[in-house]
Amino acid sequence: MSAPATTEAKPAAPTAAPAPPPPSDKIKIKVDGREIEVPKMMPDWQGKPQPTTMLQACQLAAHEVPHYCYHPKLPIAGNCRMCLVEFGTPQMGPDRKPVLNEDGTPKIAKSVLPYEPTTPRGAIACATPISPGMEIYPNSPATKQMREAVLESLLINHPLDCPICDQAGECKLQEYSVQHGQAESRFVEAKVHKPKAVDLGPRIVLDDERCVLCTRCIRFTKDIAGDDALGIVNRGSYNTIAAWAEGKFDNNYTLNTVDICPVGALTSKDFRFQMRVWFMKETKSLCTSCGTGCNIVVGSREEKVYRYEPRQNDAVNSTWMCDSGRLNYKWIGRADRLQKCGMRIAERGMLEVAWPTALKGISAKLASAPSSSVAIVASARQTTEELWLLSKLAKKFNALTDSVARNGEGDKLLVNADKNPNSNGARLTGISGPQLGANLAKIAEGIRSGSIRTLIVFGEDVTKHGIGADLLAKLDTLIVSDILPNATTAAAHFVLPGCAHVEKRGTFVNVKGRVQKFMKAVEAPGDARPEWEFLHELVHNVTGQNGFSTIEGLFNQMAHEVPGFAGLEWAKLGDTGVTVQI
Amino acid sequence: MPQEHRLILKHADQPGYTPDLECYLHHGGYDALKKVLALPPKDLPDGKKLSPQEQVREDVKASGLRGRGGAGFSAGIKWSLVDRRSGKPIYLICNADESEPGTFKDRQIIHKDPHQLIEGMILSCWANDVKLAYLYIRGEMPQGAKLLNKALDEARAKNFLGKNILGSGYDLEIYVHRGAGAYICGEETGLIESLEGKRAYPRIKPPYFPAVLGLYMCPTIVNNVETLCHVKHIVNMGPGEYAKLGTPNNTGTRIVSLSGDVKRPGYFEIEVGKVTIGELINDPAFGGGLRDGRKLKAIIPGGSSSKILKAGETFKLNRKGADGQMTKVDVPLLDLPYDFDSLMAAGTMSGSGAIIVLDDTRDIVAALANLADFYAHESCGQCTPCREGSLWMSKALHRLTHGHGRKADADYLLHIAQNIQGRTICAFGEACAWPVLSYVKKFKDDFEAKGAADEARNAAAAKH
Repeated sequence: MSAPATTEAKPAAPTAAPAPPPPSDKIKIKVDGREIEVPKMMPDWQGKPQPTTMLQACQLAAHEVPHYCYHPKLPIAGNCRMCLVEFGTPQMGPDRKPVLNEDGTPKIAKSVLPYEPTTPRGAIACATPISPGMEIYPNSPATKQMREAVLESLLINHPLDCPICDQAGECKLQEYSVQHGQAESRFVEAKVHKPKAVDLGPRIVLDDERCVLCTRCIRFTKDIAGDDALGIVNRGSYNTIAAWAEGKFDNNYTLNTVDICPVGALTSKDFRFQMRVWFMKETKSLCTSCGTGCNIVVGSREEKVYRYEPRQNDAVNSTWMCDSGRLNYKWIGRADRLQKCGMRIAERGMLEVAWPTALKGISAKLASAPSSSVAIVASARQTTEELWLLSKLAKKFNALTDSVARNGEGDKLLVNADKNPNSNGARLTGISGPQLGANLAKIAEGIRSGSIRTLIVFGEDVTKHGIGADLLAKLDTLIVSDILPNATTAAAHFVLPGCAHVEKRGTFVNVKGRVQKFMKAVEAPGDARPEWEFLHELVHNVTGQNGFSTIEGLFNQMAHEVPGFAGLEWAKLGDTGVTVQI
Repeated sequence: MPQEHRLILKHADQPGYTPDLECYLHHGGYDALKKVLALPPKDLPDGKKLSPQEQVREDVKASGLRGRGGAGFSAGIKWSLVDRRSGKPIYLICNADESEPGTFKDRQIIHKDPHQLIEGMILSCWANDVKLAYLYIRGEMPQGAKLLNKALDEARAKNFLGKNILGSGYDLEIYVHRGAGAYICGEETGLIESLEGKRAYPRIKPPYFPAVLGLYMCPTIVNNVETLCHVKHIVNMGPGEYAKLGTPNNTGTRIVSLSGDVKRPGYFEIEVGKVTIGELINDPAFGGGLRDGRKLKAIIPGGSSSKILKAGETFKLNRKGADGQMTKVDVPLLDLPYDFDSLMAAGTMSGSGAIIVLDDTRDIVAALANLADFYAHESCGQCTPCREGSLWMSKALHRLTHGHGRKADADYLLHIAQNIQGRTICAFGEACAWPVLSYVKKFKDDFEAKGAADEARNAAAAKH
């Protein structure tokens, strides 16, 4: 997947704020005949300033230089040679002064082979720094011929099995063949055959014949994931990617190599042969498996999610995500999803009811609930808007509220120990204190002592968190919204089927305070509705306050009322979010 | 009468000369080292002082010494490009990965006079403030590695190496590292990668010029065995005297490896440019001529990567006339002086100094197929044009030698080779493309005739 480069920079500490470069930090060059001024230094793959490369300069001049091995977030390899471009530099006289044309313009010496001065010598744009007065010819006949030749070389031993290849439709070999390739092959020799369907690791299959040996996967796992698991074996045209032992490419980031593989060599065991990429809808969303909040693209078709892929956000996840988060989507389509509202009637047990009936019933119960007799447990997996609406109910009843802390192991790259996607949302809306779960024991005690008669639970099975079925049985009213059935929904008086995040819109606040929004990819099953929708109705019924019935309006109103979000607007969040003070 | 001029191999083949330290010392060994360690700083006219190390570096530049490994780049300039302000250690690597087909000169030095190489290395290290040096020897030379390690031990025992060398306060250690059998390890950045324990994938330049970002990302000098030996003689003779050997811009001596269809194949040390290719092949002091009844077909002048020269070719060379003016003169192949510049002017190169002679019994298509096979096997496979192109050419050539050629294969081969040269990370691209380009261009009739004959025969067979 080639996510478009985002320009939004990480909000840095005041000391690191980049000052606008003074004019002397610019270089004038010509790209395809057009003069352009570009910065002398630009960030490299680690964000360190390095001399601007021809490829970066061409990008600034809106000339996309085709490439396979180059990736903005990986060390430069320079091996694919696809980015070769013809170029020239100002000719210097013996006095080290530029030689001028008759019209006074500097004379450009095109780069040629030293031993064959009639043949242009290209430079790899990905690794060659620009110099003042340089001219780059990204569309010259010589450049085109070099690209054509590299493509020909890459294709001679390629199996050309696009019809059965998962990469088809998002394959750089296909794209560049159309843009830069030749229509016919001259190759009449026997192709090199290499291993097929190699079990590289628990989640990755490798087809060595499709591989263009760009080494992106090797560099990623060595330099980003820190697991030097992949390498090249054999020589020359028989070069083959291999794991140090078969099946041992098993770190928690292996699936990123499938994303960055420009061809169909590395495929995901989870996704391969499941769906043609051109049939899928791509939706900008977030991963919910931990507090990092990696930006993702959800691939779905006909209300079914097929894959998550990382989406570039340099303030959060660069262009990566972990395997466990990526594969944590199957519960969305589970057959036992809650699909109907439920209302318990004393003699008749749990009945399926329609939304108006359920909401009317809840509103009636709440209307008669005395102050301080209500408690709310809302998951830090709910959206910020939902938590904020719940906080309004809490205010009305002076209710005790809390979320559930969910701690696990983190790592150095992306995985955070906080397994809730929105712990900071819970804190900022006041649903929880600094320490999530600190009030749960008080709520349990309140139910035991009889002071709490009504419990509202959103997205948690409280029986696992100190409020057992025996306590739930003491309540007058237990209102539960969730996605999947559990012991708490089983004890509820009212069950409200909610939505997975891919079925609604909203925001999460990650562990660093990044407020990020996500979009709706698929429809919710059955009668399930986004929680913010029915919470909005409920708040209106109970408190009499009216609000916005759109997610944009809700967010903006929340930003207006909650100090932690002051100044934010839904529209200003952009695709990559805004960081607030935590 | 053209004669050998033995400088490097002066003692090597003398009866009774052994690779031992005692023998080397008996022949004036390590005197050059003692000489430089005693050098005082030199006063310059502008009042500045030139350190002894700088003096030796200047001397090597003034001697005109050019690298004997293949590219023929000025050794003095190479040293002057080293980044001495980085604060990082400077490394020196002796490239003893002699693998170019046809070349067998460095192994003579290693096997017969290892201390000469070691002294040359110590001098070069001292002159460049190197404290740690590596001797990267081809994996297929186990005996050489053994001899070098023994010689290093002897030198260490006599304090020519190690801590505080001969009381000078200068420390140096040299380690032998054996390659594992890949031609590409002779490419200097591939060698560095290999030395670092990685696959010998040559590095991209920019930014990884060894003089700045070499071994362990430190400034590094990589010199050929023969080149380093010459440093000893430049110190001993002085740059002026040394530069009198050979011809202007092609100074000193060099060892030529002569093989193929000559009566006396072997190695010969000559003054650069003082002997012609014809003399090297035909003179009784050198190759002794072709076998009886054979005629010259072609010469590979500088190792298998160099462009082939066809018998009967003439070349336009710059020559100083009687009036002192430079004029272009037609020079027949056999009259080409064997030096760097003449062979470059002839469109090829003196490379590693290995001449391979082909007589008229040789099938040029088969010869090229053999070479293409070598390059297809030795391509490291890092970058696309060479990885795919080298095997493609080899397959096409083997199709030709196995009776399935086409008349169009000549141009087909030229196209493939043209798409490799100048487009790869390292010079291997040229090394594998140049033979194909030159053989096919110069012997196009042979290739086309073979392809056409195959086509005709196969078409006739298909009719039956």
